[in-house]
Amino acid sequence: MSPAVTPGTIPGPPAEPMARGREKNEWPLWEVFVRSKAGLDHKHCGSLHAADPQMAIQLARDVYTRRQEGTSVWVVRSDQITASDPGEKASYFDPMEDKVYRHPTFYVLPKSLDHM
Amino acid sequence: MQSTPSITVSSHPSVQYLLRIGDTCLILAQRLGEWCGHAPIVEEDIALTNMALDLIGQARAVLTRAGALEAALGGEAHDEDQLAFLREEREFRNCTIVELPRGDFAVTVLRNLAMAIFLRLLWQRLERSSDGELAAIAGKAVKEARYHREHAAGWVVRLGDGTAESSARTKAALALLWPYIAELFADDAVDDAADADGLGPRWSDLRDDWHAEFGAVLAAAGLEVPAERAFRSAGKAGRHSEHLGYVLAEMQYLQRAYPGGVW
Repeated sequence: MSPAVTPGTIPGPPAEPMARGREKNEWPLWEVFVRSKAGLDHKHCGSLHAADPQMAIQLARDVYTRRQEGTSVWVVRSDQITASDPGEKASYFDPMEDKVYRHPTFYVLPKSLDHM
Repeated sequence: MQSTPSITVSSHPSVQYLLRIGDTCLILAQRLGEWCGHAPIVEEDIALTNMALDLIGQARAVLTRAGALEAALGGEAHDEDQLAFLREEREFRNCTIVELPRGDFAVTVLRNLAMAIFLRLLWQRLERSSDGELAAIAGKAVKEARYHREHAAGWVVRLGDGTAESSARTKAALALLWPYIAELFADDAVDDAADADGLGPRWSDLRDDWHAEFGAVLAAAGLEVPAERAFRSAGKAGRHSEHLGYVLAEMQYLQRAYPGGVW
């Protein structure tokens, strides 16, 4: 049940016949998102293999919510997720390190707004 | 080594009615538990054992109630463990279908579907039982049965309407299990008594709804409803197939060999 999101690729129709062959033999992978309480966000909690959306939802329920972890479940096919490339991490995220002025910490707030 | 002596249970119809429910859940759970570590994928392994645990929970509650009722009727009180582990084969009141070997995956999911539909209909009616405790057990169990039904129906449609191999296996499973369905709805004095004092429905009252629902799933799976046969199993009366003895031998071994042993 390892995440198999291909970094930096845009999902399209499976071009190579090999990918199609594997699809027939191996169930596709799904990413599972669970909402623990009404009002909270769905959080990613893992992945699983399933043949179709209904089976993915049922198995997600059995695998990830059997100890009362959830009130709602989403599943998304892993190959439908586009992820940033870990190799580009430096150029994507490091430039933000020295830009503290982007945090709104330099404003003096009136007392009545103390708990912002 | 001396084994623990067996117990016998009150033949009062209310106690017998509860034993039929509790034993059916217990033995089905035992058969489902056999998939632990053997299901086709790990996720399904967890799903099947989850359902087995749901059924064991239901069995525990109902057997506990049956034991308490025995005492209330002036007999000897038995707890859930004594009822599960110290009765002999002929004292078990489960329907025969649940004791049949787990078979391949098609047999397992088709039996799960048959029993989940049946139990859901039964729990629904038992929510209005004159016995408050049984009604409370039913209120919790009906949600579990509803999910078991969804899970099993998904698989039956997927396999029945799947490949040539999966379809053939599902047909074979249906042919194997079908003769044991009639027993579910065969009434006797126990049903009459339960109906008279409001404990629960005659099981034959559930027949039409069961056939409508089961038939609809079969139709979606591209399977035909088999013809009615003259054969009648009689597990509810304590006359079981040759398979139950092996289930009990495994289930009861520890309590028989180490009387009163606990975790």
